[in-house]
Amino acid sequence: MDFIKNFPFFSIMLSMFCAIVLSVLNRKAAKYMTRIVLGAVVCLSVAVLFFTIQRGESYVYYMGHFPAPWGNEIRFGCLESLFSLFVSLIAFLSVVAGTKAVEDDVEDRKENLFYILVCLMTSSLLAMSYTNDLFTGYVFIEINTIAGCGLIMVRQIGKTTVTAIRYMVISILGSGLFLMGVTLLYTLTGHLLMSNIKESVAELAQSGEYRVQFTIVIGLMLVGLAIKSGLFPFHLWIPDAYGQSNVVSSSLLSSTVSKGYIFLLIKIFVRTIGFDVIKSCGVLYICFTLGVVAMILGSVMALHEKSFRRMIAYSSIAQIGYIYMGIGLGTAAGVAAAVFHIFAHGATKSLLFISSSEFTEGSHTKTIEELKGLGYKYKFSAFCYSVGAFSIVGFPLLAGFVSKLLLGGAAIGHGAMQWIALLALAVSTILNAIYFLRTVIYLFIPDKAEKTDKPDMVPAYSMNCEDYVFGILILVMINLVLGLASGPIINIINNGLDIFS
Amino acid sequence: MKAEREKNDPKTIISGKISGKLKAVYRVSAVVLAVLLFFMLATVMIGMPDIGNKNNPDNNEVAKRYIENGLEETGAVNIVSGMILDYRAFDTFGESCVLFAATICVMIMLRIDGQTKEDDEEAKKVTFGIRESAFSLIDSRNYEPENDSILKKSALLVVPLILVFGIYVVLNGHISPGGGFSGGAILGAGLILFLSAFGFSATEKFMNAKTVKITTLVSLLIYCLAKSYSFFTGANHIESVIPLGTPGAILSSGLILVLNICVGLVVACTMYSFYALVRRGRI
Repeated sequence: MDFIKNFPFFSIMLSMFCAIVLSVLNRKAAKYMTRIVLGAVVCLSVAVLFFTIQRGESYVYYMGHFPAPWGNEIRFGCLESLFSLFVSLIAFLSVVAGTKAVEDDVEDRKENLFYILVCLMTSSLLAMSYTNDLFTGYVFIEINTIAGCGLIMVRQIGKTTVTAIRYMVISILGSGLFLMGVTLLYTLTGHLLMSNIKESVAELAQSGEYRVQFTIVIGLMLVGLAIKSGLFPFHLWIPDAYGQSNVVSSSLLSSTVSKGYIFLLIKIFVRTIGFDVIKSCGVLYICFTLGVVAMILGSVMALHEKSFRRMIAYSSIAQIGYIYMGIGLGTAAGVAAAVFHIFAHGATKSLLFISSSEFTEGSHTKTIEELKGLGYKYKFSAFCYSVGAFSIVGFPLLAGFVSKLLLGGAAIGHGAMQWIALLALAVSTILNAIYFLRTVIYLFIPDKAEKTDKPDMVPAYSMNCEDYVFGILILVMINLVLGLASGPIINIINNGLDIFS
Repeated sequence: MKAEREKNDPKTIISGKISGKLKAVYRVSAVVLAVLLFFMLATVMIGMPDIGNKNNPDNNEVAKRYIENGLEETGAVNIVSGMILDYRAFDTFGESCVLFAATICVMIMLRIDGQTKEDDEEAKKVTFGIRESAFSLIDSRNYEPENDSILKKSALLVVPLILVFGIYVVLNGHISPGGGFSGGAILGAGLILFLSAFGFSATEKFMNAKTVKITTLVSLLIYCLAKSYSFFTGANHIESVIPLGTPGAILSSGLILVLNICVGLVVACTMYSFYALVRRGRI
């Protein structure tokens, strides 16, 4: 057996191990250890990705001495390893680039607790992407939820505690519905292992038994995960959670945690239940409708928002809508476009959140009008923020453009759905452009009013903080890579989805 | 800017104020949704396979192997222990990390840093001063309950029994019903009872922030390393060197006993630290 097959297991256990050890370290040691471990996880994921691409098949790995239906197992193909690479890379870069923001926001003696949560979150996302067992998926959803609450709370102002509690209540409702779905599915099929469930479901679908039950089970899982990832009618926790917490937390929550749930949903749809069964029970229409509504309404809400950070948060609602619309199209191309949008949006959103930290001086909220003229003071951040804004609007050469192109291409040939999807894409893109370019324009309007009477603003920390420059530059590069070299990545996604089912 | 705690203005806390009419709509739709969900789930349950029917899909080769070969393969008389700590140990490792994450979150929310012993003494003096005056707006973090002789006497009787029973449940997890999670909860309850009867000054002699920290760290590390070893050997088809022992003996069933002890300690520490954090903001 190739030694490289151990790497997914190593990456999960390494970050768990790191989280445990961090509890006794001081802040400086905690910071460096987190960076080293997350960097190591990135390297391991790269190795696994190349290995799986080269071999072109997927592998299962026993977690223990017993084969699958009895023991636990993890499975990795190229899609899983690509997602793990994405998660660990975004976590690593957010932690590196946001060092200053974390130091500003988090109490000195609680900084190691923050890094513990980051490590726990990363390892649970890795486990969620690699797992081949629904119940294991549920356990790691729980870790993610609790770590998410902690990440929101870690900036200790009264508001964030309320927000975190609200997030916890809504999120636990989501986990509860998901758990109900898992238990009902277990009663119907007698399995928790994804591949075994698929066999039983195919048999039951052929005999036509338990049709109503299946529809409801799928609905429960969909609603549970949609609540947790913040799809439109369940989006109420998003603006506060992303807008008030520390920038690193916002970037982690929006670009990795909520994406992890969507990845698990795709895994359930494609790998556990089978896309044909899902298509025949009509759940995808709900996905599609809610996605389209989210695309428009999220953008409209962002347009009305006056606070800068909350505006970026609202745009997440619209972007989540894009992903669900892609899944709702019900074709392989649609799912592939949705997966690509997961990566594109993740890379862009973390760039936006972290580069916005310099204008807002850490995580303090500011209105959009207050951004006036800041682009001249903080040139580097303004440039990087603009790249992110252009990418999310869908400017060619950047990640957002490719994902919009893919979504549009996947929509064509679907009758009535085609027109709805294309129209929604067009309207949402225009709205995106209005509210994101507005901020960019504000940044570069020269502020004529002399500020001699005001105390001098906080000096630009991009200049004397190499970590920040490094992290942000890599995030910009990821956006460019996703935009310019999208071909190979789309190939990996397509191959991954093929061996997925 | 550090450790800045803004004023909690209730109006600004919940953003997106909802007008009266919309509130009524929300309430009605919430009730309608709940009723709908109830009927949906009721329909599902009516059509489900009967509970306990031997032809049910969940009565398959998975359960069969657990029951028939469980004792032989894991060495645990208690099949449930064998399942959660050997067959499906990865899930259980996740579960104990859920507890760990929860402790960290509670610490972030409730732990008050920056207090030295001198600060504490100072605070106590002031508190006692206020306490004698009729206003009982005392900072409850420095508030120790009055000595309650009924509580003290009964705690003296009950606590040792609870602790011994907790240890018994943890140590016999692989032989009889129980195990780390339930035994740890019993231990934690015993510690909390002791704390409420005798106060922090008595408890601190054996349970303080350092003990809790180190116990949790060591148990989770042992858990992590032991399970990593068994996952690694299992996946690479290497024979594990840990003997299973004679089923039924206290020293048997390989790693399960060790893992049970680890889980028990983690659960007990978690429960105790939750209580201490809520009461005075530090362990």
